Amino acid sequence: MKRREFFKSSIGAGIAAGAALSMGGYRNLWASAPGNARYDMVAVMGGTPDAMFDLGIQELGGMNAFVSKGQKVLVKPNIGWDVVPELAANTNPLLVKRIIEHCFRAGAKEVYVFDHTCDNWINAYKNSGIERAAKSAGAKVVPANTENYYQEVLIPGGVKLKKAKVHEILLEADVFINVPILKDHNSTRMTACLKNTMGVVWDRGFWHANDLHQCIADYALFERKPELNVIDCYNVMVRNGPQGVSKEDVVQMKSQILTSDWVTGDTAAARMLGVDPQRIDYLPIANKMGLGNMNLDALNIKRIKM
Amino acid sequence: MSSSFLRKFRVVFSALVFVSFFFVFVDFKSLIPEKYVSYLLFLQFVPSAISYVNTWSLAATGFIIVIFLTLITGRTYCSFLCPLGIGQDINSRIGGKLKKKFRRFGFRKPHSVIRYSLLVLTLGSAVFYGIYLVTLLDPYSIFGRFMTFFAKPVVLVINNLFSGLLGKFDIYTLHHVEIKGFDLITYALPLIFALFVGLFSLTKGRLYCNMVCPVGTFLGLISKVSLFRIRIDEGSCKRCGRCAIACKSSCIDFLGQDIDVSRCVDCFNCITSCPENAISYSLVGTSRSEKGADQSKRKFIAGSVLFLAGITQSANSQEKNVPVPKKASTVREPRTYHVCPPGAGSLSDFMKNCTACSLCISACPNQVIIPAVRQFGIAGFMMPVMDYHKSFCTYNCIICTEVCPTNALKPLLLEAKKLTQIGKVNFIKDNCIVKTEKTACGACSEACPTKAVFMIPYEGNLLIPETNQEICIGCGHCEFACPVTPYKAIFVDGNPVHQAAKKPEVSEPEITTPVDFPF
Repeated sequence: MKRREFFKSSIGAGIAAGAALSMGGYRNLWASAPGNARYDMVAVMGGTPDAMFDLGIQELGGMNAFVSKGQKVLVKPNIGWDVVPELAANTNPLLVKRIIEHCFRAGAKEVYVFDHTCDNWINAYKNSGIERAAKSAGAKVVPANTENYYQEVLIPGGVKLKKAKVHEILLEADVFINVPILKDHNSTRMTACLKNTMGVVWDRGFWHANDLHQCIADYALFERKPELNVIDCYNVMVRNGPQGVSKEDVVQMKSQILTSDWVTGDTAAARMLGVDPQRIDYLPIANKMGLGNMNLDALNIKRIKM
Repeated sequence: MSSSFLRKFRVVFSALVFVSFFFVFVDFKSLIPEKYVSYLLFLQFVPSAISYVNTWSLAATGFIIVIFLTLITGRTYCSFLCPLGIGQDINSRIGGKLKKKFRRFGFRKPHSVIRYSLLVLTLGSAVFYGIYLVTLLDPYSIFGRFMTFFAKPVVLVINNLFSGLLGKFDIYTLHHVEIKGFDLITYALPLIFALFVGLFSLTKGRLYCNMVCPVGTFLGLISKVSLFRIRIDEGSCKRCGRCAIACKSSCIDFLGQDIDVSRCVDCFNCITSCPENAISYSLVGTSRSEKGADQSKRKFIAGSVLFLAGITQSANSQEKNVPVPKKASTVREPRTYHVCPPGAGSLSDFMKNCTACSLCISACPNQVIIPAVRQFGIAGFMMPVMDYHKSFCTYNCIICTEVCPTNALKPLLLEAKKLTQIGKVNFIKDNCIVKTEKTACGACSEACPTKAVFMIPYEGNLLIPETNQEICIGCGHCEFACPVTPYKAIFVDGNPVHQAAKKPEVSEPEITTPVDFPF
C-alpha cells in the first residue's frame, strides 16, 4: 500500500469509528462479548434499520457471538420481487448491508447473499437495491436462478417434504443468517422467517402443490437452521402481500426482531402484523413438531425503543 | 477509385456490422442498450419498409436511405449492411479454404425468371394475403432466426461451461442460464434455410442473393441506374479473366466486357484481382457508351411496378387472414386465443407486420416469447407467441417493444405497458389445489403484480383464488406459478385486440404505525 493511500484509508476509518462512537454513545458497538446470549429475542423500535441492528445485535452479545474468524457466512434476505425498496416487498438493503459489515468486523472470511427470486432475478437483485448494497459491503452476490446451483438433501422426519434441493451456498456456509422482511401473504397470511426458506430451495411448486403449510414446517426440520434471524419490520406490507401493488400497502413500523428461534420470531412478527399466530398454520405445526417456541410469555425478551 | 482500399474498407466495415448483429442477437444479459440496437436495425430494408408502412414515421425511413444509397452506389447494401449477405461472404471464404474450386466462380447467366418471379410473388402476396413470403425470404429475418435458433444456444452453452468452472473457484461474475429449447418443428424452417443458403454460399458465392433474395433482386433493379459502378477499362484489359473468377456474383462477362450490375454486390474483389488495374469503381461517365438497353427487361420491370401499384389500391379492403375464435368445446383447455406480446396492438396488426425475425424472442430476458407452431394458425408459423407454461412476462420490462424493427411490436412506455391488457385471467376452480386437496396454495395470487388474482375465504382457515379481469394485464405470472399439472388451474386467454386494463384501486390500510410492541 502506498503511503498516501494508507493515510487516506486510515482517515476514513477514523472518521467512521468516530461517527459510530458518537452516535448514542454505545461504546461497545463492535465489542466482542462472547457467546451466552442473555435474551431469547430482542425487539427494537424507533430507529433506522441499520441503527436498530447495531443495538439489537449488541444485546445478543455482538456479531462475534455468531460469527468467528475465517468463517463463511450466508446472509439470506428476501429478494423475491422486482420492486423498489420503498414498496417493502424485499428486505431493506440498508439492513442487509449493515449485517454484512458486522460479519466482516467479526472476522468473516466471506459473506454470501442470494435468493431464489420469484420475478426475473437480475431485475430483482438490481431494483431491490440489495445487490448494490451487499456488494458495497464486500459480500458476494450469488445467482440462484437455475437448478444447477442446488443440491438435493434429505429431510428425515418430514411429513410431506422428505427431500429438497437447496442452494449449494447454504451447505457450504458456516453461519446462516436469515434476514426476511415481514409481510402480509395472500395464502399463508404472513411471510417472515420460516417462509423465507422458500428462497433457498429450487422446487417451490412442490411445496405449493403438497400442503404448503406442512412443507414450510417440514423444511424447518432440515439440519441447516439459521444461527440468527433478523426480521426487517421497518416498512411492513400489511396487505396485497407478498408482492404488493402500491405504497398504500405499506405501513412504517420502524421495528426489528432478532432471535435464534425462528418460530419465536415469526410469532412476534405475526403480532406486529395484527394476525393471530395460531391462524398461520405453519406456526402451530412447527411448534408441535418441536421446532421452536410460540409461547412468548415464557421467554426472556428484550424490548428497546430508540 | 481503383485502389484496393475499397475492398479492405468493405471487409472491415462488414465485419463490424456482422459482429454487431451477432452480439445483438446473443446478448442474453441485455448489455446492449435498446437505443443502439435500433440504430443498427434502422437501415435493414424489409423491417424498415414494413415499419414505415405502419407508422409513416421518420424513424422508419431507413429503407428510403437504402434506395438512395443504391441509386448512387449500387448494391452496396448487400455487401456492407446485410448480415445474411456478409455471413454468406464469410461462408464462401470457408468454402474456398475447403476446396479451391468453390472460390473460382466465372461468369454465369442470371436466373432472371426465378428471381423476378420470386420478387413479384413476394410483393404481390404481401399486398394481397399477408407477409408470409416476406417472412420467409427477408434476409434480415432469416439471419435473425439463424442467430436465435443456432448461435444463441451455442453462446449459452459456452457461458454455462465457464460459469460452472468459475463457480468452482467461488467466482460468480458469470451466471448459468437455462437453455429453453423451442418446439422441434420450429427448427425445421431455419434448418432448411441454413442448409440451403449455407450450401449455396459455400460453393457458389452469392447465388442465393442473386436468385432467391427478393431484396437483392429489388435493389438489383435500382442499381441498373446507379451512378457508381464497377467498370472495366477496355484499353488496359488483357482479358485474362481473373476478375470473372474472383466475382462471387458470377456477373462479370470478361470476354464481352460486360458487368451485370443488377447482380453486382460491390464487393470490390474484382478490383483487387486485376493485375492490370483495369477495373475501377467509378461514376458513370459519358466516355463509355452504354450497351443497348434491354428493352424487354425494362418492359417487364415497368409492368411489374404498374401491377403492384394497381393491387395496392385494392389491398386495404381485403379481409385479413387471422384465426377466428374457436368455441370452447373441451373442459380442459377453454383457451380461445394465444397471447401475442405487448405492443402488438391486435393479433391482426401483428400478423400483418411481423416477419418472424425472432429478435424479440432472443431479447426477452424472461424467455417467455417463443416461435409459434400452430398457436396463431398455420399462417402464424414461427411468429412470436407468449408461452406461459415456460415463463411469464416481466411486469417492469418493455424490451421486446423496443427492439422490434418492423414495429409489429410498437414501442410502449413502461407505464403504458403496465396497463396494456394482452390477455385476461381465467380461474378453473375444479383444477385448484385448494379445492381438490383442501390445502393452502395461493401461488397464482402471490405472483400477480396487480392483484387481479386475490384470495377470498374458503372452507375453514383456507383461502382460495378469485379473479378481477378488469385489472388483469395478462402477464401470465399466475399461469406460470400454478403448480397443477398437466392443465393449470389458472390461465391467461389472449386478447385478439389488446385492451386497456384498469388501474388497481388503492386505499388507506387499517393498520397504523405502532407506538409499542404488541407482544
